[in-house]
Amino acid sequence: MLIDFQTLKSQAKGIQKNNFKKAKIAILGNYTTQFLAKSIEYSGLKHSLEFEIYNAEYDQIESEIYDLNSGLYNFNADFVFITISSLKLQSKFYALSAEKKASFCRDYITDLTNLINVLNSRIKTKIIINNLEILNDQVFGNFYAKVDQSFVSNIYDLNAGLLQLARTFDNLYLFDLNGLIQYYGTRHIRDWSQYVNADLHYSLDFHAAISEKLVAFIGAFLGAIKKCVIVDLDNTMWGGIIGDDGLQGIQIGSLGIGKSYTELQKWIKQLKERGVIVAVCSKNTESIAKEPFEKHPEMVLKLDDIAVFIANWENKADNIRAIQQILNIGFDSMVFLDDNPAERAIIRQNLPAVCVPELPEDPALYLDYLKSLHLFETASFSTGDKDRTKQYQEEAQRQQLQFTVTNIEDYLKSLQMEIVIEPFDPMDIPRIAQLTQRSNQFNLRTIRYSEVEIRDMATDSSNYFTCSVKLKDKFGDYGLISVLILKRLNSESLFIDTWVMSCRVLKRGVENAVVNYCVALAKNNGFHQLVGEYISTAKNDLVREHYPSLGFADKEGFWHLDVQNFKPLIHYIN
Amino acid sequence: MDILNDVNAIFRDVLENDDLVITPDTTSADVEEWDSLNHIQLVVSIEKHFKLKFSANEIRNWKNVGEMCDAISLKLSA
Repeated sequence: MLIDFQTLKSQAKGIQKNNFKKAKIAILGNYTTQFLAKSIEYSGLKHSLEFEIYNAEYDQIESEIYDLNSGLYNFNADFVFITISSLKLQSKFYALSAEKKASFCRDYITDLTNLINVLNSRIKTKIIINNLEILNDQVFGNFYAKVDQSFVSNIYDLNAGLLQLARTFDNLYLFDLNGLIQYYGTRHIRDWSQYVNADLHYSLDFHAAISEKLVAFIGAFLGAIKKCVIVDLDNTMWGGIIGDDGLQGIQIGSLGIGKSYTELQKWIKQLKERGVIVAVCSKNTESIAKEPFEKHPEMVLKLDDIAVFIANWENKADNIRAIQQILNIGFDSMVFLDDNPAERAIIRQNLPAVCVPELPEDPALYLDYLKSLHLFETASFSTGDKDRTKQYQEEAQRQQLQFTVTNIEDYLKSLQMEIVIEPFDPMDIPRIAQLTQRSNQFNLRTIRYSEVEIRDMATDSSNYFTCSVKLKDKFGDYGLISVLILKRLNSESLFIDTWVMSCRVLKRGVENAVVNYCVALAKNNGFHQLVGEYISTAKNDLVREHYPSLGFADKEGFWHLDVQNFKPLIHYIN
Repeated sequence: MDILNDVNAIFRDVLENDDLVITPDTTSADVEEWDSLNHIQLVVSIEKHFKLKFSANEIRNWKNVGEMCDAISLKLSA
């Protein structure tokens, strides 16, 4: 059940670091965090992330933050994880007078707010704090809610206060420790004899559980995100085999163990609403496989929810490759759900980057198991996310049109594209930050920005020019698909700090329209040249030749474009 | 002496030293890697391997590997 610390350790030891993403994490805890530090390092390696960790001395949260000469300020952390054990809090609380107990939560949140303000005034970082373990000391029993000096009352209030803090500070995130404790059960997260002997606040193995969840979250900030869930149908989305059992025979909803599948479908539907793409990959005759989606009253998922529907008798690895082609996302951002161990093994063998959860045999346990894997951590959410499925369906229609038109110019003209390029609109900032965090392929320098950083640049007009690019065509609205951040290098040169674009609009001429816009922008502001840079990563080979293909000239590793002698590039976008 | 063999294997695994040989007389002073953090990992691994749970007092009172093995043997026969 609980992931094993020793197993995590040996898994990590066998991993070769190969071009891993790097990040620096500072851990400030009110308890001993050596095991946590190790465990975070191991979990990182498992997720192809290389962490440098600063583990502050035991119970030094305040001094690390207040003291300008502390190790924390020497370290330059990308993430500061402030981890608070309720056990420790409890012993401090017990030492207080009745009066101080009653104001404990207020005082604590005031202190914490102050700490965060000080930290934010000194360094730019992301702060993650765990919500507090609901530790019921049973002093007031169930009467706790009536007593402002009960510890349990204070813990609940503190958690509400933390939630408020996370809403107040853009760079503060709450780690759901309670969710994790609830999943494993209080009896498994602590070893009381180790607590007594070694002041170990959590069991050895629970440290591994914390790090697995934390690293999944931190990974999301670094671009390691699952964007798509591909589902098998028979005995995965419903009980039974649609081809044999027929519409009335499959178990879904109230029939048989249908509830297992209904609950799973409901969850997937919620993920889809959040922006996760849902695709189907099933060994079936397509028309039969689609029947339940069209006709079964208890199906939660409808055809509208499915971005790509593949049902045939080919092998599933090829079908997943086809899905990948249409969606144009990395295999490592895909999750594949299938009840059949043999199918799972084929995918693991052929497409090792695809995440293939080892579903339990009992369908009743599917959902609980999937939720325990922290697969769909995200570091952003924008309201446009829920439209993503529609966009992929429109893409499938475009691909059909492409077959009927013979040359590319006619095709591009027939799309009747319209583009809007403008400085960042405050409303778009979540989506803009998300593009910088999620884009891997069409990303020239792969610098990830948070919403706060984006907002800062958008308002710093003396140093930055920002462009967001929105595109639509006759099939639908792509929304915001490209982001550029241009930085003033000196009076002559404008540097393209960031250029990311959604791969859905490749080969439409968007790049040409954007360069024309940027050249005009540079000219109007008195610059002589645009300067671009390509920083190679494991994933952005697509844009290796990006700048030369747009007419930029190589100068000592940077790409220069003279804006005076520039001839506008051809495109078919209005 | 099956217990000592198993315990030795656990020591090698946790302390990441494949050549380590322990005897009943070995103490933490004799093994460089055997610090307080690794001690916790050793106890947890031994508890898992032998499917038993030590009390706070038992963990505290061991003076050497021999006493550790005695405690295991006592629990297994109980």
